[in-house]
This record gives sequence, C-alpha cells and structure tokens, in this order.
Amino acid sequence: MSAPVGSPQQYWQANLRLLIICLIIWFVVSYGFGIILVEPLNSIQIGGYKLGFWFAQQGSIYVFVALIFYYAWRMNKYDREFHVHED
Amino acid sequence: MDLQTLTFIVVGATFALYIGIAIWARASATGEFYVAGRGVHPVANGMATAADWMSAASFISMAGLIAFKGYDASVYLMGWTGGYVLLAMLLAPYLRKFGKYTVPEFIGDRYYSQTARIVAVICLIVASITYVIGQMKGVGVAFSRFMEVDYSTGLYVGMGIVFVYAVLGGMKGITYTQIAQYVVLIFAYTVPAVFISLQLTNNPLPQLGLGSTLTDGGTHMLEKLDQVLVDIGFASYTAQKGTSLNLALLTLSLMIGTAGLPHVIVRFFTVPKVRDARASAGWALVFIAILYTTAPAVGAMAIYNMIKTVQPGSIGAAEGSLVYNDRPSWFANWEKTGLLKFEDKNGDGRIQYYNDANKTFAAKADTEFGWKGNELTKIDNDIMVLANPEIAGLPNWVIALVAAGGLAAALSTAAGLLLAISSAVSHDLLKGVFKPNISEKQELTAARVAMGGAILVAGYLGLNPPGFAAQVVALAFGLAASSLFPALMMGIFSKRTNNSAAVAGMLVGLISTLVYIFVYKGWFFIPETNNLPNTPDKWLFGIQPESFGAVGALLNFVTAWIVSKVTAPPPEHIQHLVEDIRVPKGAGSATAH
Repeated sequence: MSAPVGSPQQYWQANLRLLIICLIIWFVVSYGFGIILVEPLNSIQIGGYKLGFWFAQQGSIYVFVALIFYYAWRMNKYDREFHVHED
Repeated sequence: MDLQTLTFIVVGATFALYIGIAIWARASATGEFYVAGRGVHPVANGMATAADWMSAASFISMAGLIAFKGYDASVYLMGWTGGYVLLAMLLAPYLRKFGKYTVPEFIGDRYYSQTARIVAVICLIVASITYVIGQMKGVGVAFSRFMEVDYSTGLYVGMGIVFVYAVLGGMKGITYTQIAQYVVLIFAYTVPAVFISLQLTNNPLPQLGLGSTLTDGGTHMLEKLDQVLVDIGFASYTAQKGTSLNLALLTLSLMIGTAGLPHVIVRFFTVPKVRDARASAGWALVFIAILYTTAPAVGAMAIYNMIKTVQPGSIGAAEGSLVYNDRPSWFANWEKTGLLKFEDKNGDGRIQYYNDANKTFAAKADTEFGWKGNELTKIDNDIMVLANPEIAGLPNWVIALVAAGGLAAALSTAAGLLLAISSAVSHDLLKGVFKPNISEKQELTAARVAMGGAILVAGYLGLNPPGFAAQVVALAFGLAASSLFPALMMGIFSKRTNNSAAVAGMLVGLISTLVYIFVYKGWFFIPETNNLPNTPDKWLFGIQPESFGAVGALLNFVTAWIVSKVTAPPPEHIQHLVEDIRVPKGAGSATAH
C-alpha cells in the first residue's frame, strides 16, 4: 500500500526514516562507544583522553547536540518539500 | 570587603533582578500564565529550559559525584543530556503542534479519557513534588553555608522570591527569570573551572584541560589521576566499576525519564511554532552541555587537588602526609560546616586519606606506614563545587558568585516544577474535571492560588524534609520514564493505541516501578520495611532499583500493545487528531479552549 507522492503519509515515512538513522547514531555513541565498547576503545588514546572515556564524558554530548540540529534542519526541509510547513 | 558582605551584595543584586523581571513580565491571561503566550524565541526558550532543567543537584552535587565515581558517573552525563535527543525527535514538536497547556491535557484528549488524564496528573504531581523538595533544601543550604543565615530563614526568603515572580507572572515571569538565572549560574560554574584548568594544565578550556598534560611533570591529567588514586588503594578513575547492564539501563532510565518530565516538556509549549520546538531542544542542549562538559573536568581536577593537598609527598613516608595544623583555610572552613570531617586515628597529627575498604592496601598501610584507617571520615560531594574557588585561591567575588549560582539553579528549577504542579491542579483538575464552566478570569485566579498553595507545600517539605528525600529523585525519574514517556510517545507514534491500552500501560509501568523500588528500599521508603536486602545478588537479573525505570517503560509498551490488540481501535476523530499532530501545518499561535 503506497501512499500518494508528496502526501502527509509519505512525509511521515520520511520523518520515521530520518528518526531511525538519528536514533541509531544516538545509541552507538552513548551505549555503544560510551558503555559496551568502552574497554576496547580505551586502548586508543586521543591526547590525554582514552577514547571510550572521552565518548562517555564528552563526545556523546557533542554528538547529541549535533544530532538535534541536524534533525531540525532536515525536518524543516521536509516540511517545505511536502508542503506541510507552517504559515 | 569581607566575604559575607560581598555575598549579600551579589545575591541581593540577583534577587533584585528577578523581582524586576517579575514586575515587567506580569501575566494577564491564562495563555500567558500557562505557556507565556507562546511568544518565546527558541534560543531564549533553550536558555530557560537549561535553567529549568539544571537543578541544585546539577550545579552543586554532580561534579562531586563524578569526582568520587570517575568513569561510572558517565551515566549521569549521558543520561541527563541524551534525553533531549528523544525530546526533540519523539515528543516536543508534536506536543507543541497539539497546542494545549499541560501534559495531562494531551493524554486526556488523545486517549479520550478522564481516567487517563487523572492518572497522568497523579504521576506528574508525585514526580514534581519529590523533585521540588531537593530544590527547596538547596536554597536553604546555600543560604546557611554562604551567608550564615539560618536554614529556615533562607528557605523563607527563597519562597518569597519565587512567590513574587511565579504568582505574578506564571510561565511568562518564570521564563524571563530563568533566562537571567541561566546567565548567573553558568558564569558562576565556568569561571572557577577555567581558572583551575589554567592552574593545573595551562589550558583555559576545562573540556580540553582534562585531556591535557599537567604543568608540573608533563604527564596527562587523567593518567596522573588514575595513578594517584591507585596509589592510595582506590580504583582507577577511568576504569569501569559497575556492570555494563546497570550502566546502560540507568542511562536509559535517566534519558527517557528526562524526556518524560512534565516541567521540561511544557517549556516547549511556549515557542511560537513547531519548527521552533525542534530547534529550541537543540539550543537547550547547547546551554546544558556547556555545564555538563565542564563538570567532568571540575570533578577530576577537584579530587586531584584535594588528594595533592592532603598527600603532598610520597606515600608511606611520615612527611608525605599533610600536618593537620598546617591545613589550608578552606579545609578549616568546610570542617566547620560538618561537610568535611577529620579524625586522627593513628594520633600522628597528620592527615591520611586512603581507601581502607581495600583490604590488601589497608593491611599494607597498617604494617608498613602505621596508618590506622582513613582519617578523612567525611567528604561531602557538594564540597567539590562549593570549595573550588577557595581551593584554587580565587578572589572573594568568585565565591560570592558561586553562592548566587547555586541559588539561581535551585530557584529556577523549583519555579518550573511549581508551575507544572499548579497548572495540573487549576487546569487539569479544576477546569478539566470538577468545574469545566469557570471563566478564564476565574481560572487565572485559581492558577495563582494553586501556585501559592504549591509554594507553601514545597516550603513545608523543605523545612521538614522526609528522611528519604535523597532517594526520591530516582523515583521521580522512574515514574516519568515508566508512565508518562511511553503514554506520550504512543499517543503520537501509534494510531492504534486506545484509551484502555494507555491506561493499562501507564498503571503497569507505574506500579511495577514503584513495587520494584519499594521491595529493595522499603515501602514508601520507610526503613526496615523492604522485603529484600538492597544488594546486587538479590536484584532481579542484577538490575539495581534506580535503573528499573527503563524496564517499567518496556512493560508499559508491551502491556499497551497487547491490550490494543484485543480491544477496538480508537474512534475516527482521534485517529484524525493523531494525523494532525504529525504535520506542522496549521499550528496556531493561539489556542482554542
């Protein structure tokens, strides 16, 4: 069952795809790099930081910020492409 | 000028500013009282959200927690920031599009059920009240420590200030004071951090300083800290101590708890457009991240400075430990408050700080060095931030600023929570359930009265804090994670979730989380009423009670899914409502009621 091109249903599908990509990155940097893989990553040293430790206490937060702005920017474009933007 | 006078001047100036803003930003309609008339710029809202979110605990206690837990404290850093990703993508824009005033109102309308709305109100009130107790305590403590004012007097002054701007201005007054409070608190947090980072590593940015080399010796800051801790019998700072399962579950519970906390969600109702709600979550996290990426450096550098102060020489040598009578003045100052305690166990007049719970090291220290136990018998987490300026030898005005910053953090969060509580009472219970026909003017009066009442209740609890106050923060996050977050998310992402599914899910999430916490921590936190000892070997699958919110949320989702499979789908108009909130088009700046 395919929704008509440019319909609100397709807009929603596009949103869900974008969401899933963003949430995978969200998961990988925090739970993946910061917790599950922290020990192996800690063998890599970036300056005075062990990489796994850096992701857990610094890097994941920077990625979160970037993700939200990317999502907001991409959704604003979708809003216009699918003609569901405000005003 | 002496420190106390200076502190009075700095704190007094910030209070005058907050009251000035309150008079300027009075609310004259319910829309202004509940959601600041939906006219807040997204960057301004981001700043207000950051102050709303960062509590006395974030400002005062978190760095200390990091200092003593090291890597394991990462769960708080990731948990309390990663929630904003969920908020920005799963909740905020759609709830803004829905365009009403409160979180329970969305749940009641979406699930066409007063029961659902009332369950949501109960979750909101329990979560917010437990949270506000800590803020009130923070206000009292900040006053009594920095200004030598009585704890209760400090609390009354704090209540009075919140009363003025929250009752007069509602969300509008709160928003603009929170912006001012953010500026005060972030300045107070980062200035000492920059100086300490410069002193230790020559790098002005604490975020980079933590990864730099020390000015004396040239080893990396973290490597040296690992070494220093291991040398006195502690675990290495950067090593993992808890199980990965508990670390991951606690992080997840804090993230979805953050996204489900009503006082944070309503902040996104104040922006003009759906796209502003998305961007605003990003700005909120930018402003939060400034503090949250500084905190790990503050924690690590503070513990390093502290150990170097009491253990200036080589370990085991008599002259390696600090002579008690030569202790710096900040040490003596904090002893007076009872937050730092010294007991000369081996009677040598020197301070020995080490991990006497580590049996191998303790035995060696006893036989080889003549140490008879750790002599710093108490080091409160809060000292790490509060004593920082003194440890770094910064001027008095910085210390005064830290006092004002702690108060700003506590007051801004308290006001946000009080607004969530009072609008649930006046809008969801009074207008929504008991007296739907009251006029807007009457509702506005009711909202102001509810706010006044909420402040009195919070003040009472701050004066007579229940013994369990420290533990209930876990409860607030657990409740928000297990009941509110799944109900809100399904309300947007699943058209098929109907009223019975949502109510059943919320109740299962809520009750399972409460029971799990009570079984290990005592029923209603009353000591000795726990059914099982709160130790890792008794935990179900090794899950600690604080981490259970994520499991409660999962149970909520599963219950709702099963119930909606066996019951009728929601009516047509509800399915249209869901379709409507999924697209930004047609979001009005004003709301119909």
